[in-house]
Amino acid sequence: MSSPETPSSQEAPEEAAASEESAPEEAAAPEQADPARQALIDGLRSKLGDGFIASEIVGGDLWVRVDVSAWRTAVETAKTELGMDYFCFLSGIDWLPNPSLSGREVWDPNPNEASEPVAEGGQMQTGIAGGDTRFQVFARLYSTRAHVGITLKADLDDENPTVPSITSVYRGADWHEREAWEMYGFNFEGHPGLRHIYLPGEFEGHPLRKDFPMLAREVKPWPGLVDKEQIPGEDEPAEEEAASS
Amino acid sequence: MSLTAHPAPVDWQKASYVAAQAADSRINVELETEGMVLNIGPQHPATHGTLRIVVRLDGEEVVWAEPVCGYMHRGYEKLTEVRTYPQVTTLINRIDWLGHFANEVPFILGAEQLMEVEAPPRAQWIRTIFFEMARIANITLFLGDMGVQLGALTPVFYAFRDREYVLNLMEAATGGRFHPNYDRIGGLKEDLPRGWVDECHGAMRKVRDFCDQLEDLLMGNEIFQTRTRGIGVIPASVGLDYGLSGANIRASGVDWDLRRDEESPLAWKEVDFKVWTHPDGDSFARYWVRLQEVREAASIVQQLLDGLPSGPIMSKVPKIIKVPAGEVWHHTENPLGEMGYYIVSQGGLGPFRCKIRSASFNNVSILPWLLKGVYVPDVITILASLYFILGDIDR
Repeated sequence: MSSPETPSSQEAPEEAAASEESAPEEAAAPEQADPARQALIDGLRSKLGDGFIASEIVGGDLWVRVDVSAWRTAVETAKTELGMDYFCFLSGIDWLPNPSLSGREVWDPNPNEASEPVAEGGQMQTGIAGGDTRFQVFARLYSTRAHVGITLKADLDDENPTVPSITSVYRGADWHEREAWEMYGFNFEGHPGLRHIYLPGEFEGHPLRKDFPMLAREVKPWPGLVDKEQIPGEDEPAEEEAASS
Repeated sequence: MSLTAHPAPVDWQKASYVAAQAADSRINVELETEGMVLNIGPQHPATHGTLRIVVRLDGEEVVWAEPVCGYMHRGYEKLTEVRTYPQVTTLINRIDWLGHFANEVPFILGAEQLMEVEAPPRAQWIRTIFFEMARIANITLFLGDMGVQLGALTPVFYAFRDREYVLNLMEAATGGRFHPNYDRIGGLKEDLPRGWVDECHGAMRKVRDFCDQLEDLLMGNEIFQTRTRGIGVIPASVGLDYGLSGANIRASGVDWDLRRDEESPLAWKEVDFKVWTHPDGDSFARYWVRLQEVREAASIVQQLLDGLPSGPIMSKVPKIIKVPAGEVWHHTENPLGEMGYYIVSQGGLGPFRCKIRSASFNNVSILPWLLKGVYVPDVITILASLYFILGDIDR
């Protein structure tokens, strides 16, 4: 529906359209075109040496993966030398694929078989800047003066996910580390008091891990599942048809 | 001096009084005063929900404070993993329930960025209008509510009255007063109804009148000033360390607003507005900055209404939304501060992982530091001035 009440603006859509076109170009631009973020990469790489594993600039945003032993140093360097004065958040990712969570498979009431797809789906697909293990801790830091942010990632051990605490660098990390400890079971070495923050003290398990059973969803299949079987979402031609219509 | 030394007959009444006084003073010296633990909340009105704050008191002074959250933890980060992208907006509406629409926008923008879809200009402008209206609806309530916490009951009635103008407009366009669920990947649910723009102009004038009224009613009030000025001072460096954002950090003199400072597909770049800061960092500064923000928001909405482009409100997107694999972080300047979504997609129908970074969680985490050494009545002032929404802490 074209709007009858806006006669006054003929130029504005064209301006906005122009800026729309420029946005994807920026995203596709080579890494060197971003000197501010390139400087951050260089600063971290020179400071961390071997601890610096990978970096990527995607869509105008910066990701850096560091070794877990260099985690604290990386955060400290970002704060003291690279001007990241603002602590945004810290959290974790569990890369374990779990088809029953995403509704690709219906839950099998037999627990032995139910655990199989988890074990089978061993081909982990990790995200930007890569990853070798199941768990990743990541933190977002930001410079309120330069308006540049950085996402730091570190791989954690599967069996014993331990990472140095950064509460002494950013005081705001305290609660975030408690949350990640509670939700993922990451052990933050040097944290002043890892206590439950949301869940009751006697709660067992780590809810955001992919193998934590989400009973409501497993007993009653995902609502999207029914639709998904009827509408050929998997088939590419059908989807294109839907897009073009 | 002994009582028997008195030549005159003994005044027993006086003597017993003196003895009692002496005994009292000895007791006061010998009595060990103990700290008292006081539970504020979980039902205190200053907490906007159910935040419990355990404070240890020495007399009237807080020596230790610990917020206890989780009374409203709904596990949205887990729930997003079992929902499709269009379904997620229904959930995240309820994070900061006073800034409803503003919660949807960063998620949708993040998903659009991954899909490389852009909404048409008209949709972006209407999104910005609703974003700012959500800001008005949210902060207006704060402006009145702060008075209630300090014993001034009048402003909150004005606030509820004037917020209703904005919510009615929201309802007219979206169908939902509180949970519009209006934003879609690639555009908006519907276009504006006929006559909405004129109505909205009128409502914005009323909002600005409300700001003027409130300035006269509350901000100039001597009691209000005495109770807020110099109370709960947050230095900029400490605030940034704790990750404070939004008006809370701008009241500490940090000139940072994502609307102005970050590239955004929304229409903020098309309008003139001022980012207000205050150097003091106290409760009064936080109130003052928010009041100015409502004025600015009303002015932004009016400017956008004047220049609203015509055209479609939805771009072409597949009927079944599948977001290509990738990661994206998108944040916007929400009424309560910086809100962002870190979306990890693996090409499925729903997010693989969605970290919700809500402003209040960080804003409240400063409380153990901030409440140390303040008096009990000031705890309420500080809680009210930090302004958090429980759903935004617990998610």
